[in-house]
Amino acid sequence: MTASVTISRVTQTYGAATALHEVSLQIEPGEFVVLLGPSGCGKTTLLNLIGGFAQPASGEILIGGRDMAGIAPAARPTTTVFQDYALFPHMTLAENVAFGLRMRGVGKAARRAKAAEMLALVGLPGREDRRPHELSGGQRQRVALARALAVSPEVLLLDEPLGALDLKLRRQMQDELKAIQRKVGTTFVHVTHDQEEAMALADRIVVMSEGRIADIGPPREVYLQPKSLFSAAFMGEINQLPVTRGQAGFGPVPGAGTRSGMLLIRPEAINTSQGLPLGEAVLTDAAFFGTHVRAHARLGALALVLHLPQGSDPRPGETMTLFASAHSFLEAS
Amino acid sequence: MRREIRLGWGLVAPALLWTAAFFVLPFAAMLALSFAHMEGRAVVQGFDAGNYIRAFTDWSQLKALINSVEITATVTVVSVLLAWPLAATIAWRVPARWQRLALLMAVLPFWTSYVVRSYSWLLVLGKTGVVNRGFALLGLGPFEMASTRFATVLGFTHFFVMLLTLTIYANLVQLSPNYARAAQDLGASRLRTLWHVILPLTLPGIVTGAFVTFVLCIGDYVTPQILGGNNELTLPQLIMLQMGRGGNFPMASALSVILMAVVTLAYGACAKWLRLDRL
Amino acid sequence: MKLLAWIYLALGYAFIFLPVVVLVVFSFQDGRLPVPPFQGFTLKWYAQITSDGALMTALGNSALVAFLSSAVALTLGFLAAHGLARAVLPGSVLMRGMLIAPMTVSYLIIGLGLLTFFNRIGVKPSLLATGIGHVVINLPLCFAICYAAMGDHQRSAERAARDLGASEAQVLWHISAPMLAPALGAAFFLSVTFSWDEFLIAFLLTRFDVTLPVEIWSMLRSGLSPATNAVGSLVFLISASVVVLAEIFLLRRKP
Repeated sequence: MTASVTISRVTQTYGAATALHEVSLQIEPGEFVVLLGPSGCGKTTLLNLIGGFAQPASGEILIGGRDMAGIAPAARPTTTVFQDYALFPHMTLAENVAFGLRMRGVGKAARRAKAAEMLALVGLPGREDRRPHELSGGQRQRVALARALAVSPEVLLLDEPLGALDLKLRRQMQDELKAIQRKVGTTFVHVTHDQEEAMALADRIVVMSEGRIADIGPPREVYLQPKSLFSAAFMGEINQLPVTRGQAGFGPVPGAGTRSGMLLIRPEAINTSQGLPLGEAVLTDAAFFGTHVRAHARLGALALVLHLPQGSDPRPGETMTLFASAHSFLEAS
Repeated sequence: MRREIRLGWGLVAPALLWTAAFFVLPFAAMLALSFAHMEGRAVVQGFDAGNYIRAFTDWSQLKALINSVEITATVTVVSVLLAWPLAATIAWRVPARWQRLALLMAVLPFWTSYVVRSYSWLLVLGKTGVVNRGFALLGLGPFEMASTRFATVLGFTHFFVMLLTLTIYANLVQLSPNYARAAQDLGASRLRTLWHVILPLTLPGIVTGAFVTFVLCIGDYVTPQILGGNNELTLPQLIMLQMGRGGNFPMASALSVILMAVVTLAYGACAKWLRLDRL
Repeated sequence: MKLLAWIYLALGYAFIFLPVVVLVVFSFQDGRLPVPPFQGFTLKWYAQITSDGALMTALGNSALVAFLSSAVALTLGFLAAHGLARAVLPGSVLMRGMLIAPMTVSYLIIGLGLLTFFNRIGVKPSLLATGIGHVVINLPLCFAICYAAMGDHQRSAERAARDLGASEAQVLWHISAPMLAPALGAAFFLSVTFSWDEFLIAFLLTRFDVTLPVEIWSMLRSGLSPATNAVGSLVFLISASVVVLAEIFLLRRKP
């Protein structure tokens, strides 16, 4: 079961504040889309609109080509995994997972079988008769996922489901979540503020800022070819070199022509041997970070952040010639 | 969204209708009746403030109001003063695992029948009661203690000490011990910690308990009727008397409205600290 | 200081228990007056009251009124609390105020108001009238307890249930009520004890079928008697056992 989601020119307001400005987005059937942004960017508002927990002030939302205006959450082909899991504390895991089926009038034996199947899918086989308070945070998360998937939704909505987990567990759950999505083939719309989580999960990332879509595309593209300064910075540390009429401090910028804007270079794309020559820089400090050595350098009037290989041992004060192995130019708007 | 609101209304409506029909409407009927007067044994509905004027000018009526306010004020103050140390002792001195039991014990007599509780005090305070028998052994007495204001106040205090111990205890235990620690860490003595830190922090709980005491006490008929005798009347006794003996419902209604006004005044006086939703 | 605290505690308990102990001890008095000296142990007063038809009928009436009025008050209060907690309604502050209002009004006024009102619309004093009055006094309590118990935790579980296809009635029955079970139990229990022990409204609104407190009241007219002690002790025994049981089964079950 899977369906497309079409969001066209959706605006949402809360009193005088506008939470979403004419947002349009097309999500393909079976796609794993992550809505990424800082708190207050409108990502959760958008998810609630898809789930039917709020109605848009204007614009339309179609799921599987069907207009969702005025349709209650229960009647939509969507289910939600909530941030706080919202497991029913007075029910066993099987009863939790089978709740949606029970509401749909499915018989007891069939419900039980489906619950067992779903619990096995999320890696909790044989735990049907446990209760939520006996579980760890990660396990509760899995039950919430199983419960939402048990009714075979066409679109699964996930509202920061990994937010309450510690980092290690979060990385592990990301892998499992991705695997489960592959297996069931349902369209997943996932909200998070963690860009690493977004890259780990998404077929496409939608970066949001102040109620608008700031960037959209596969992780690689959003990371390496950001379409806005906001998404460039939100996806991770980045060096911004001003470009005036095709010229940066070190010379002409390839691909910029005579346009003005910013040359964007990730710290790990800077090296001392190959690529676009940036010129001579003076190292100001360096620290060992495990996977790399993080350093600061002065390039003319600019301060750069760079990641040097693990084995290098740069000294502050040292002068080095820097190159950029990957870069992108963003025209000023 | 509109559907949500309709559903919400639908859920609240039965309770609202019940309250409107059996609380607001009766009160309105009583209010209307308080402006009526008696001609012989018949009630004549009208709009005159005669009952209210009489309530404040006829000494026998006004005295009841004064008695009620005096008794209630005394009971409220005495009960708080007695209950606070009791609650504090249970909260701070009794070992944690015995606290629930200590509290349960402290309020167990709360669950005796209300009517019987006053009657029990009669057994204790009467001329041939337990206390006077004790005095007799010492060659004293007997003293007339039942059928006095003292007996009424004592009966009330007994009841409200239990109630207040419960509310004040609840207040004290949810107070983080770090407040006291911080105050003492900063050089406050025990007494000053109590006065400047603990007392202000528990004030809302105390005021709420005191307000409930006030409301229940000033409106009670049973305790003064059984323990106070007929030497002096409280407002509820007067109301029952007007209604019962004279059949004067308009006067009883007017006195009830005055009783309610007194409660409203008390509410206004302590509204700032009241937490009725946290009872 | 420490000793003083313990002495105070002892005196406090003595004061609190004095009337109850006197009541219970002299219910076994083998004599005509429940005052010292104690003349010997007998159960005859208990035998007398349990064979007193009027008293036992009143006891049954009290139980009936208490359970039915509490059930109605709890249902109304729970639904209202759910309605006000699930969505922001226009005028919700006003509605909350109106539902809580009877809590701050003396029973005497509620009873007198209902008596006036029932007289006017021609409803005769009866157990039904008393029950209606008891719902009025217990509804604010049930509402307040339920409303206070509804937290974000519960709201999000209800939201999840709706998302999974539950109707509003199903949400109430399968999610809200079971999750609120401790609060519902406490509210019902308190309502029952208040109604069971309520005198003034019952006194004003009953005539022929009376409740237990009203029946005890009429027993008091005949002065001090060990029979009254026996009734009082019996009622205390029942209430206290219910309280202790509630303490053990209802309030202890917090995980």
